[in-house]
Amino acid sequence: MKKGYFGDFGGRFVPELLMPPLVELEEAMASILPSEAFRKELADLLTNFAGRETPLTYCPALSRKLGFDLWLKREDLLHTGAHKINNTLGQALLARYMGKTNLIAETGAGQHGVATAAAAARLGMTCTVYMGAEDAERQSANVRRMRLLGADVVAVESGSRTLKDAINAALRAWISLQGSTHYCFGTAAGPYPFPDLVREFQSVIGREARAQMLKNTGSLPDYVVAAVGGGSNAIGMFAPFVPDASVKLIGVEAGGSGEEGCLNSAAINLGRPGVLHGEYTMLLQDDDGQILPSGSISAGLDYPGVGPEHAYLAASGRVKYGVAYDHEALAAFQALCRFEGILPALESSHALAYVLEHSGEFEPGSRVLVNLSGRGDKDMDIVEKALHL
Amino acid sequence: MHILEKKIREAVEAGRTALVPFVTAGYPEKERFWNVLEELDDSGADVIEIGVPFSDPVADGPVVEGASVKALENGVTLRWIMEGLKERRGRFRAGLVLMGYMNPFLQYGLEKLAAEAQEVGVHGLIVPDVPLDEAVEMRAVLAARGLALISLVGPNTSEERMKRYAEVSEGYVYVVSVMGTTGERNGLPPEVPEVLARAGEVFDLPVALGFGLRSPKQLEALPKDIRPDAAVFGSSLLRHIAEGKAPADFMKAWGAQRRDACR
Repeated sequence: MKKGYFGDFGGRFVPELLMPPLVELEEAMASILPSEAFRKELADLLTNFAGRETPLTYCPALSRKLGFDLWLKREDLLHTGAHKINNTLGQALLARYMGKTNLIAETGAGQHGVATAAAAARLGMTCTVYMGAEDAERQSANVRRMRLLGADVVAVESGSRTLKDAINAALRAWISLQGSTHYCFGTAAGPYPFPDLVREFQSVIGREARAQMLKNTGSLPDYVVAAVGGGSNAIGMFAPFVPDASVKLIGVEAGGSGEEGCLNSAAINLGRPGVLHGEYTMLLQDDDGQILPSGSISAGLDYPGVGPEHAYLAASGRVKYGVAYDHEALAAFQALCRFEGILPALESSHALAYVLEHSGEFEPGSRVLVNLSGRGDKDMDIVEKALHL
Repeated sequence: MHILEKKIREAVEAGRTALVPFVTAGYPEKERFWNVLEELDDSGADVIEIGVPFSDPVADGPVVEGASVKALENGVTLRWIMEGLKERRGRFRAGLVLMGYMNPFLQYGLEKLAAEAQEVGVHGLIVPDVPLDEAVEMRAVLAARGLALISLVGPNTSEERMKRYAEVSEGYVYVVSVMGTTGERNGLPPEVPEVLARAGEVFDLPVALGFGLRSPKQLEALPKDIRPDAAVFGSSLLRHIAEGKAPADFMKAWGAQRRDACR
């Protein structure tokens, strides 16, 4: 495959001024990531700061109802509440090895922003987080968390005032700050080498889960399911299972309200290929190539594109990509709370919703592994409002 | 020699800096835009860059982005731009360049775009999110229709990389003056003389300086031997237009010679 590409997807569609820092990052990945010093330091941070390894939890009540074994990979138990910290610790440490003293990041719901701010604070780096002004209003608790962790939060007023505009702002800022600054990209998307870098740091999810399934059940799972926005938790979960031909992989996109003509975030299912944020991938766009606003009850899935490796895995047929709607995610959220005592993030609720809504697609008696990528405390207001609690 | 190169060389031979105004298509209003374009042409523009609006203009500063948003609100599409140019084919004496992001061009269809662009009298494209490595196919499709893909280089573009650009570039080379997005400033950033000298050394093509220009005085401050062959101005012109002022006045301030309106 062409360098930086997954089949037809990926690439590096950025202003020339961003090529030097991307090449610098690519070279640093090759020289620093394999070094023993780096690996040891990252392993220590992941274990003793972030809380790895995360448990693999069997769901007895839901398994009885469904007729197959449901297992959860518990990324919700990580420090800062989601899988995002796997990536930010890796990138922050890499940046420090590169001699950078400052991190910038984009954030949608604020989870990646909080995880970046925490990593920066832990490693003694300064941090600026770009957040769409609308997101900053609806996720104000995360804005406060980031500020407490020492980050500057910049509310981005341009465009649709959401995640995609925050990425535009962060890319612009990186052009002028590149000497001192690493752009800690939050998902397995963007220009090469970010999709590779983020997958590298998130694959710890799938590696652990694969070993835990073998240890706990004596065999690999039959199905692995994860929610897909940009796609970082899903690619981290899927990557170690891709070579296992017997394991069926299912990515779940956010379908929004599901009403005719309403916004959604299902770029693979409902989009067309195009170029945004440095990559050629599946995008929600109009006939003229203008990017459409996305929508989902889950802020973390609310993005009009998807990582290029997912676009490729969909095209190649290795991963099946389904859709879960807002109301299905809310039902799954409630089910996990009530039956298993776990309060999932609305992102992860989409993965679970697919399993609950499409339970007939799963072989009776099979083993189904769902990536519970984050916890739902952050979603309390949204859930209560939606359910009229 | 590519026609865009020729336009700039003619200005330089006449002892002046070639003037390359940038204006977003359909800004400030759809019909007014065509008047602006004609006025810029009549006021002596050597090359005109027509901005194709995009929802996510990652290489632009707030003024150009704002114009892009306005243009999209006005219902501007690439199809509308091409149709408008077709109606006015042969009207412009300046070289015409479309400047925009990859996705609208890609969705239009590169082959179709190149064929139509040639037909309506466009001479080249600037696509700021397509660097050298991703440009191979696009450059070939455009070249088959005589269109130049204008290269952008900046203060952090190494000599070695400039040489790789120089091997494939046509028309002119666009030197980005500032390590940031477009916008205006009073002076020129300190790295400008160095990057102009490097680009002048590496490229056989005329050098255009842009991003952040607002006044000819900025260029007069540069040593004569590295002064750019052409000056590109976008944000300052858009602001001038937004204030309701005549584009001709802006061009005059840059020393443009008014052309006879009759051809």
